[in-house]
Order: sequence, then structure tokens, then C-alpha cells
Amino acid sequence: MSQIDIQSDIQQTILKQQKIDSRRKWILNGVLLVLLLLAPFVMYPVFLMKILCFALFAVAFNLLFGFTGLLSFGHAAFLATGGYTTGYLLSNFSGLTTEMGVIAGTLMATVLGLGFALLSIRRQGIYFAMVTLALAQLVFFFFVQASFTGGEDGMHGVPRGELFGLINLEDNLNLYYVVLTVFLGCYLLVQRIVSSPYGHVLKAIKQNEPRAISLGYKVDRYKILAFVMSAALAGLAGSMKSVVFELASLNDAHWHMSGEVILMTLIGGMGTLLGPVLGATLVVNIEYQLGQGPLRDWVDPILGGIFVITVLAFRSGIVGEVQKFVRKNMG
Amino acid sequence: MTMMKKLLTSAVASALMVGGAQAEISDNVVKIGYLADMSGTYRDLAGPNGLTALEMAVKDFGGKVDGAKIEIVTADDRNSPDVASSTVRRWVENDKVDMVAGLVASSVTIAATKVLEEADKLGLVNGSAASSITNEYCTPNHIHYAYDTYALSIGTPTAIVKEGGKTWYILTADYAFGHAMEKDVTRVVEANGGEIIGSIRHPFPTPDFSSFILQAQASGADVIALANAGADTTNAITTAAEFGVTQSGQTIAGLVVFLSDVHALGTEVAQGLQLTTGWYWDMNDETRAWSDRFMEETGARPTMVHAGIYSSTLQYLNAIKATGSDDAQTVRKQMMDTPINDMFAKNGRIREDGRMVHDMYLAEVKTPEESTGEWDLYKIISTIPADEAFRPLAESDCKLVTGK
Amino acid sequence: MSMIFGVPMAVLYGQLLIGVINGAFYALLSLGLAVIFGLLKIINFAHGAMYMLGAMATVILFDNLGVNYWVALFLAPVLVGIVGVLVEYFLLRRIAGQDHIYSLLLTFGVALIMQGILTNIYGVSGLRYSIPDVFKGGVNLGFMFLPFYRAWVIVAALLLCFVTWFMIEKTKLGAYLRAGTEDSQLMQGFGINVPLLVSLTYGFGVMLAAFAGVLAAPIYSVTPVMGSHILIVVFAVVVIGGLGSIGGAIITGILMGVVEGLTKTFYPPASSAVIFLVMVIVLMIRPNGLFGKEA
Repeated sequence: MSQIDIQSDIQQTILKQQKIDSRRKWILNGVLLVLLLLAPFVMYPVFLMKILCFALFAVAFNLLFGFTGLLSFGHAAFLATGGYTTGYLLSNFSGLTTEMGVIAGTLMATVLGLGFALLSIRRQGIYFAMVTLALAQLVFFFFVQASFTGGEDGMHGVPRGELFGLINLEDNLNLYYVVLTVFLGCYLLVQRIVSSPYGHVLKAIKQNEPRAISLGYKVDRYKILAFVMSAALAGLAGSMKSVVFELASLNDAHWHMSGEVILMTLIGGMGTLLGPVLGATLVVNIEYQLGQGPLRDWVDPILGGIFVITVLAFRSGIVGEVQKFVRKNMG
Repeated sequence: MTMMKKLLTSAVASALMVGGAQAEISDNVVKIGYLADMSGTYRDLAGPNGLTALEMAVKDFGGKVDGAKIEIVTADDRNSPDVASSTVRRWVENDKVDMVAGLVASSVTIAATKVLEEADKLGLVNGSAASSITNEYCTPNHIHYAYDTYALSIGTPTAIVKEGGKTWYILTADYAFGHAMEKDVTRVVEANGGEIIGSIRHPFPTPDFSSFILQAQASGADVIALANAGADTTNAITTAAEFGVTQSGQTIAGLVVFLSDVHALGTEVAQGLQLTTGWYWDMNDETRAWSDRFMEETGARPTMVHAGIYSSTLQYLNAIKATGSDDAQTVRKQMMDTPINDMFAKNGRIREDGRMVHDMYLAEVKTPEESTGEWDLYKIISTIPADEAFRPLAESDCKLVTGK
Repeated sequence: MSMIFGVPMAVLYGQLLIGVINGAFYALLSLGLAVIFGLLKIINFAHGAMYMLGAMATVILFDNLGVNYWVALFLAPVLVGIVGVLVEYFLLRRIAGQDHIYSLLLTFGVALIMQGILTNIYGVSGLRYSIPDVFKGGVNLGFMFLPFYRAWVIVAALLLCFVTWFMIEKTKLGAYLRAGTEDSQLMQGFGINVPLLVSLTYGFGVMLAAFAGVLAAPIYSVTPVMGSHILIVVFAVVVIGGLGSIGGAIITGILMGVVEGLTKTFYPPASSAVIFLVMVIVLMIRPNGLFGKEA
């Protein structure tokens, strides 16, 4: 066999393998989709929606942390801003349909995100984390003071309303499919973003910022855009959450929430697409299941233990470790 | 119980009922959900010991009502209204929970009672302080039992103004709860001829109170009132003692002070502090007997919240027994019709807005010399009659009262 | 009486003094953080928990063994220091050389564990501990009543701050430390046990936090969660001072105490937020903090 033959042979094998890979991927995605569609008939829909909202929050956070390498310690601010804005508008203006409230909440978080980004983007590493934390604390202070949030009582009785004025969202199933659609849309969007040329620049910045600069990229602009998109998605998660639970509260703005989303992303696998989703699912479940069981007084120390074990034993997170394993043993 | 007797009781029950819901115990189980902060800032208020009080009530009742088993499920609310809302929803929709007890943080209680109203189940609120729970947030599906901020902020100021404490300075926790208390105290002090000469809104939480205590001291007011709770209150009292506030002739009035707080402070620091309480373990033989049993189980003396959980649960089970039904409205109606006479309250009654009104007590913390033991902390100075202690219905914004 | 913005001068003097006292506390706590970050590049989110452990240990030692305040002042920090060494040896060492962020997450987890366990044992209402007899009472300064204990706090805290700064910046031991953590291979070659040095440094950093905890025990509510709130405030102080700058942490600590004290006088509701506002502004102007070296 000639050299060329061998090469084309190899190429064909690779193509074949890629075909199988993508086929596998499609099958996997298909199965996941069917499971998600059927889930509310098996599990409690509100609980599923909670998972989806937090999964979106983690996906948003991961866009910044996992793909751009910027650790924000203030993402709770966007979750809360989205939630409070939507809650306030839907409660006080009965003419608004639900999606208008959600869009407004998302926009508000986007604007806030731009403000955060402009103030923090030049800072590096731990300083970046601390500036975002400080800004989020100021936002928290605002929400405590502002009367429309209801302070520590929280904002209650947010009407779910009707989607486009047509679909009744009081019905849990209807709302579930709406939330699922939004979530999937955002997930696909993030997937597109990170595999686009823009996404590759983000990864380049994460790996080696000086080189990205020397290649002529306006790094700050890329980072600001990533930050704003991340904030917008986090705000959207908060907006939907306030519709699902019919309330918004200070818990969403507290710095512990910013810590929790880090845990979700880390445990699932930062810088992977599915990781944050898995991480959010796990953390929400752990908190919920433990809170009901005989270990209910021990939720915090157990979460702490998970933090420790994750950092020590599988820093790449569950999805990251699985990917490593697959690459090593099957590649 | 024989079939005949059962039929008879249910017949009587349905005759008593408005609307005539079915008089039976759903699924032949009475399920109680206990939702409280089990691990956070409000843990000692209700928490694990509140669960013990609940279990004691169920056990004392016999574990069964009308042949139906009484079951308890528990969850940690993590002080989060999301968790509260989803837990209670799941409880009432999937797990057939009939009544939810505990309920501490106001945000948690409001979220939980909204769900209970939708599902038409019952909530017995003991942990929460906010009087808004039976005012703007009232529902036909819950009862606020042990105490509230309105009652707490009436007794102490009235008594102190009458004793000559005319000028007041208020340290207010800067959130809705603190603001409400400040408003109530101001009203009571002014109605009794006193005067508010200043106030400070401090952030929540504040670890160091020295700056605020100093300002209160400099104001020269007769009384420094603490419109805050928990660690803020204990920190403020400790600092006041350290800066010699009482030695310089000023009085400290704690508005939301629990037995667990005073126990943490000790008599040396807290002596002379005046406060209002809904119940105290060492009031009479009945309270002492129950508290001894409670202490055997938990190692601590019960607070008014623990006692309230026990008492309200028994009232609830008695109402089910009397009506033969666990339907929320039937039971609530029966509870409203039955005066409460037990170790917690004498002639207590539940009003249409869900407020349980009963006598409150003005207490003073004993001096180290007077105190004979670790838990011998209060002397009861006077009784505040039930009809003076709570917000009159005439001032209520509750939709059940105003009809709006 | 003369007034400034409607506040009598006398009150203002009092508030300034109180600010300095609180500042001394912040200085002591942020000093430990700065030592740990400056020498080991560890972001110690367990610092608040170590402060709490110091206070809890003081009370527990007294309740169970009758250990008095003065002994606790040494014993509690030593015990907490040992806990710190164990944490470093068994946990932090395993992630040496990784991104700083991991040390933050790891220590945050450790803090949650400590708080959670102690909450289940001791509850959250607080433990009782009284001011040592020598320091009962106080002195009237004319513009305010100064409790003796607060005077002691300021003296003890500042003294320890100075000694620590002197040791690290001016002595041979400090030079070893700085060299050892900057180029461990070289120092290893000189026959210095660098891993031990790292363990001890971390232990020393948390000892400072525990010492602050002992000082706090008689005047603040001692609970398992007392450290969680102060943690991010102290972090803000260190960042404003410039991460890793030992002297910066001390000066900024006192400065922030005063800033907070003034806010408590002129606009109390903002006193919990003001430090974060200062931090944002400072980092806008000086990206590496007030005393930080250029990165």
C-alpha cells in the first residue's frame, strides 16, 4: 500500500469514528431530551423547574468562569436583580404578560452586568473576584434598603400569569415546558458561543492572556461581552425562578448564593457544557434530600465536605473527570 | 371506636360545619410537617428542640386520633422561602401533609402560608415574630400562636413609661421587622405620655454595637430600646453592660428577647433587663411539670416557642378528635370555637384573623443573687391581659377581617 | 458645644476612638490573612472560622477545665494553631501549586464543616463568658466612658500586630520565611525544612485569628457562626491594603475601623456596606490596593 493509501485509510477511519461519535452524541442528546420531556410525570414539576433555573444560573456562571477564566464572586447580584425586577413588574402592572416581565428582568441584569464589567474587567485573578464580591455586596445593601423588595420578608405573591396572554402558567406542566424550552434555548446558545470563533478567543484568553493581546485581540472587549452575556443569562435564571416560586427573596442576593454557584460549577466540571447542569442538579438534590432526612441538621457540614473532596480529589469535576477517563482509555 | 360512634361524631361535626366539607380523616392518616431552621441563625428558637416538643404532643395525645395514625415529617427550611415553598408544596400535594408546624423566619412563613392557602391545608405558626403574619399576610389557613412583635412591643414600653422612663432612644435593626417594631414602640410610648428623642437604624447583622451604644448614651434618654433580635440583641446588651449604661441610670428595654438569649447572656450581664414574654417555664406547677419532661428530653428549658408548638399541636389534634375531620377549615373553626386552657395559656382564643390571643407577661431578669440556677432567669412582674396585648381587630388590615 | 454636621464634637471623639478599637480588631484579623496570602499564596476563607474557634475554645476551656482568661490567651491560639497545621498538612498541601482559587474553595469548605459541627453541639444562641475581673469597669474620658477591657484590646492587638510585622519584615527568621516560600528548592538546598515552614506559617496565621477570637470572647456573642460575617469584611480590608502586604493590612485595618465608625455616626445604615464601597473605589485607582506591590 502506498503512503497516500494509508493516509486516506486513516482519514476514513477518523471520519468514520467522528460519524459514530456524533451519532452517539445525537443519541445521547435525544435520550436526555426525552427524559426531560417525561420527567414532570415522574417527579415533582416545581422541583424540576428549580433545578432547571439553577442549572441555567450555573451555565451562565460557567460561561465566564469555565470558558473565560474569570471568577466572579458576585453572580448572586444578577440572579436577584432578574428576580426582583420581574417580580416587581408582574406584581404591579397587571397588563404585562409573563414573558414581558421576564425579558425586563433579564435586561435589567444585563445592564447591571455591563456596569459590573466596566468596573472590574481590568482587575486580575483574586482582585477580580473581590471587586465583583464588593459590588454584589453593594447591590445586596440596596435590596435590603429598598422598600419594594419587602426586605427580609421577601417579595411574595408574584403572579405567574399567562405566556403571550394565551398559555396559563398557573398550571405546573405548562410552566415546566416553558422553563424547559428557555433553558434548552440558552444551553444551545452557550454551546454555539463557545464553539464559535469568538468562543475560541475566550479560551485563548483563559489560557494565555498576554499572548491573546499580542495576537492583536482587544481582550477587554471580549471579556466584557462574556461578562455581560453571563450576567444576562444569570438574570434570566432569576427572573424565571421568581415566576416559578411566585416570590423573590434576599437569599438570592446573598454572597452565599455566589459561593453556591461556584460549588455547582466546580462539582459538575467547569469549562464543560454539561458539567454545570449536572452540578446544579446534584447540589439542589443534596440540599433538598438531606434537608428532609435524618441528616437534616448536617447539611452545611456535608456541603463543606463536598467542597473539600471536590477540590482534593476531582478538580475537573464529574464531567471533566469522565472526559479525561474516556480520552485516556478509549481514545 | 365503633362504626356507630364514628358516624355519630361525624354527623355532629358536619352539623357544626360551615360549607359542610367531608367529615373524615383523609387517607386515615394525620400527617404533620415540621418546617423550621434546623442549622442556621434561628436554630435555637424552634429547631430540633421544637421537633421534640411536637413529638411530645403527639405522644401525649396517644399517637392516634380516631383510629388514624399521626405521622410527622420534618425538613430544614435553610431560612429560604424557595426551600419552604417547594417543600410545603411537595408535602401537601404528594405526601398528603395536613398541617405544617414550626415556621420561623418571616419570609419562610409567608411563603409557606401562601402555599397552604392554595392547597387549603393548615399552618400553625409559632416561631415567627412579625405581626404582619396575621395582618397584611393573613390567610384563612394559618394560626399565629405563641407571640408576635405587636404584643412584645406593647408590654415593656407601657410598663417602663409608667414607672417614669419618659424619654426613649431606639436602636432599630434596619429591615422591615425592625421598622415595624420601631413604629409600634413609638406609638405605645407616645400614647403613655413618653417621648422618643432619637433613634438609629443599624445594619443587620451588626457585630459591634459600641458605636451605637455610645450615641444612645450621649442622647441622655431614660430608656434605650432594642428593636432587633437574636445576636444583635445579645451583642447590644453585652456592650451596654460593658459601657456601664445601667450604672449611669439608663434602662435597657429588650423587645424581642427569648429565654435562650438570656441564658446565653447570663444574669450578670442581663440583670434588670425588662422584657415581655408569652410564657415562662417557672410560672406554676403545670408549666414546671411540662418543662421538666422537656428538659429530660433536650437538656434545656423550653422557650415560649417550644411551649407554643406543644400546646398548639395538642389543640389541633383535639379539634380533629372533636370533629372527626382533618379538613383545614373544619379544624380551624373548631379551634376558634374552643378556648385554650392548658399549660401554655388560660382562656386563650383564636380570632378570625388567625391570631391566638392570650395573656402576656412582663418579666425582669433576676440578679445573680436572686437566681438559684442556670435557668432561673426571670421574675414575672405583671400580666398584660389578652385583650390589651395584641393588635385590636379594629386596626387590622387582614382580608378576613376587613372583608376586602 | 461645637458641632460637625450636626454631631457634637464629644460624640465624634468617642466614635473615632471606638473606630480605632474596632480597627485594631480588623488589623489583627487581616494581618493573619495577609501573612498567609503573602507568604503562602493561600486565600484562607477559613479565617473567620479560626477566629470563631479561638473564641469558642476560650469559653469551652473555661467551662470544662476552668482555664482562666490569661491562660486561654495563650492556650486557645496554640490549639487553633495546631488545627491550622493539621489543615495545612492534610488538605492544603495537596493543592499546592494549583490556582489560588482552589485554596479559597477548599478553606471555604473547611469553614462550613467547622461551623456546622459546632452549631450542632453548641447551638447558635451564644455561649456565656464574662470580662476578666481586672478589666471590669472603665474610665470616664470626659467625652466618653472607656471600658478598661476595650483599652486592653487595643493595646494587645496593636502590640501583637507590631511584633508580627517586625518578625517578618525585620528579622532573620522572617527573611528565611520569605525566601523559603519564594524559592523553596533553594532553601531546601540550604537544609531548611520548607514543608514544615509552610505548615508553621499557616498555623501562625490562624493563631493570630484565634487570638482575636479570645479577645472577642468577653465582649461579643460567642457563637459558631460569629466568624462567617466578619470574614468578608476582613477580606475587603486585606484587599484594600493590598494582598500580601503585612504593614498594609495593619494600617488599612485601623483605617477601615475609623471609616466604619464615622459612617456609624453620620449614616448608620450604610456602615456594613461602606468598606465595600471603599474597596471598589480604591481598586479603581490602585489596582493592587493601597500598599500592594505592582503585579
